[in-house]
Amino acid sequence: MAIDQGTTSTRCIVFDRNARLVAVAQREHRQYHPKPGWVEQDAVEIWRNVDRIMPQALRQAGITADQVVALGITNQRETFVLWDRHTGVPVGRAIVWEDIRTEELVARLQKQPGIEEVRERCGLPLATYFSAPSLRWLLDNVAGLRAKAERGDVLFGTMDTWLIWNLTGGVNGGLHVTDVTNASRTMLMNLATRRWDPMLLDFFGVPASMLPEIRPSSEISGRTTRVVPGISITAALGDQHAALFGQTCFEKGSIKGTYGTGGFLLMNTGTELVRSNHGLLTTIGYQIGSEPTYALEGSIAVAGSLVQWFRDNLGLIHSAPEIETLARTVKDNGGCYIVPAFSGLFAPHWLAQARGIVVGLTSYINKGHLARAVLEATGWQTREVVDAMNADLGAPTPVLKVDGGMTADHLLMQFIADVLNIPVMRPLVAETVSLGAAYAAGLAAGYWPDLEGLRRNWHLAARWNPAMETRHREDEYANWKRAVELTFAWARSTPPST
Amino acid sequence: MLRLLARGSGHHSLTEIADSLGLARGTAHGILRTLQRVEFVEQDQATSRYRLGAALLHLGTSYLDANELRSRSTNWADTLAARSGQEVRIGMHHDGAVLVVHHVFRPDDSVQTLGIGAMLPLHATALGKVLLAYDPDLSAATRRRELTSLTRRTITRTQALERVLTEVRSQGWAGEAEEYMPGEASIAAPIRIPGGLVVGAIGISGTVDRLCDSAGRPRATLVRQVCQAAESVTTSLVDEN
Repeated sequence: MAIDQGTTSTRCIVFDRNARLVAVAQREHRQYHPKPGWVEQDAVEIWRNVDRIMPQALRQAGITADQVVALGITNQRETFVLWDRHTGVPVGRAIVWEDIRTEELVARLQKQPGIEEVRERCGLPLATYFSAPSLRWLLDNVAGLRAKAERGDVLFGTMDTWLIWNLTGGVNGGLHVTDVTNASRTMLMNLATRRWDPMLLDFFGVPASMLPEIRPSSEISGRTTRVVPGISITAALGDQHAALFGQTCFEKGSIKGTYGTGGFLLMNTGTELVRSNHGLLTTIGYQIGSEPTYALEGSIAVAGSLVQWFRDNLGLIHSAPEIETLARTVKDNGGCYIVPAFSGLFAPHWLAQARGIVVGLTSYINKGHLARAVLEATGWQTREVVDAMNADLGAPTPVLKVDGGMTADHLLMQFIADVLNIPVMRPLVAETVSLGAAYAAGLAAGYWPDLEGLRRNWHLAARWNPAMETRHREDEYANWKRAVELTFAWARSTPPST
Repeated sequence: MLRLLARGSGHHSLTEIADSLGLARGTAHGILRTLQRVEFVEQDQATSRYRLGAALLHLGTSYLDANELRSRSTNWADTLAARSGQEVRIGMHHDGAVLVVHHVFRPDDSVQTLGIGAMLPLHATALGKVLLAYDPDLSAATRRRELTSLTRRTITRTQALERVLTEVRSQGWAGEAEEYMPGEASIAAPIRIPGGLVVGAIGISGTVDRLCDSAGRPRATLVRQVCQAAESVTTSLVDEN
């Protein structure tokens, strides 16, 4: 069984030994936007949703709790909540990764001595969406909070920690733990030691007493005492890490790409901690047993959300999938490129002030060309990240394994294969995030013998082979790069607003 | 009712509609719910008033975008492939043939080629028979043309095809063994949009010995799985519309 605590909803999925989906229960939760740029969620609502969907999934599967081999938890990363250890009541709402209230704080911390050291230790650049800046913000702005945190009366947890603490008893002896992948997104964990780093805690002013114990992804070792008592909780992983695991990207150099609102590419770099020279983040892929597997991550901020923008803001299509129909009304982009730097460019450029552009407009361009340019933007952004990954690892990856809603876009998947010049493969189980959590849990419980056993469950559902001429690909890539450079120029010529 | 909503303010409450048309409220409500289901009528969330729906504007043009259908059906097509162990295709009618809009590989990791965009013959495949069975105009057009023989089992006589299509309608699914390719068989069932109109078909294909029993009949378990998948896709089209 897997619980996937995502940004918009929480799901409970039951898989069988062949990794086939047996039951799915899902509930959405509210998003709160109390001020511009603030994004919050109610951790109690999320907990209540888990309380409903777990029994629901069991009923749907027609099984009882004792037939559940193990439970794995996967979650939206970086989002966290603080709560009172004695009452279990949250201190305010959970702060979501999208929240940018710490923009000023981050700019201030950026100038603080030791900032280079921070990146070196946690593998992440200082940015609003990692947990530490928001935690610091709360400690500075909520009256009396720091004192309570120092006394150990207030606990910190990413969503995995919050759910595990509650499932294992809450105020009655609930486990206060997290796994290395989630901890690796807080900016508070040292990547090499995989412990909370005193220097990082000091830099962000976070008391160690409020932090959970960090454990390997498959050594959570809890037991549910509430909701559905008696289920072993054996694993936890951040969602993108779970997807890497669910895609069985176990070899060094293998890459998975999840295409939803944004695009998330993770490359397994083996037991070696690779520090990127090309704008990627270093993170822990997963830790099964004593040795961690490291990963490089490159995120595309705007992928599916560009299609949504095309639908909602331009109104040129009625539903997101129709973008493909519109794109197929023309044979190429007609010389038009869209760089969707809506809130700056992420990996590998990291330019917060960059803004989006549409270039190459002529009287010839129609909405079909624009639709193509929208889809191609995701393809080219993938190419940039994969190029950076290959350069950091020193070897080209042979295939890209994909998942997420956008894999239903046939034209986009073919285009990604074309621009990467490697095959793009989609597995039969689309729910790779939940599957990854279930795999880690089942592996810990001995349900599956080893990684090889999991790999045998991976079946190919679709494969797109590259079919673009080298010359054409390189010309188009050069055009894309020029378009990206123009967004830099735009950023330079306008002072950042706000 | 549609005429009433098409004139004047275009926003009416249930009581106004029932009273204007001289209908009992229960009757009016039943009709409105049906019209809402096929999107000819929409209900304003805030005021509970009814107005004409977007689907009326597209009446007579296309019913469902092919890429939309693929996107909505991916999970169910994957489940069907996993359960049946066979490759799955979703087809829609295009230009006198079956256009393959979605394809999931047989989950045995053998080398296979993605067949999205391929055209298949209507009269010789299970997908095609489903599309023909529920589209009188299409089957009439097909009857007027020569039915190409692809194997020695291909149905080439229009009367024989007519009998098969009647059977498809009565049983709710179509099957075929070695009518398209020697040694190969296929099973398919209809995908419907709200209101019951068949817009596509989902089916599996594979070797005759895997798909059919010793008597050459499609295996009952596989037929059930295909019909379940078709129903799930149909339901997902209702849910999200």
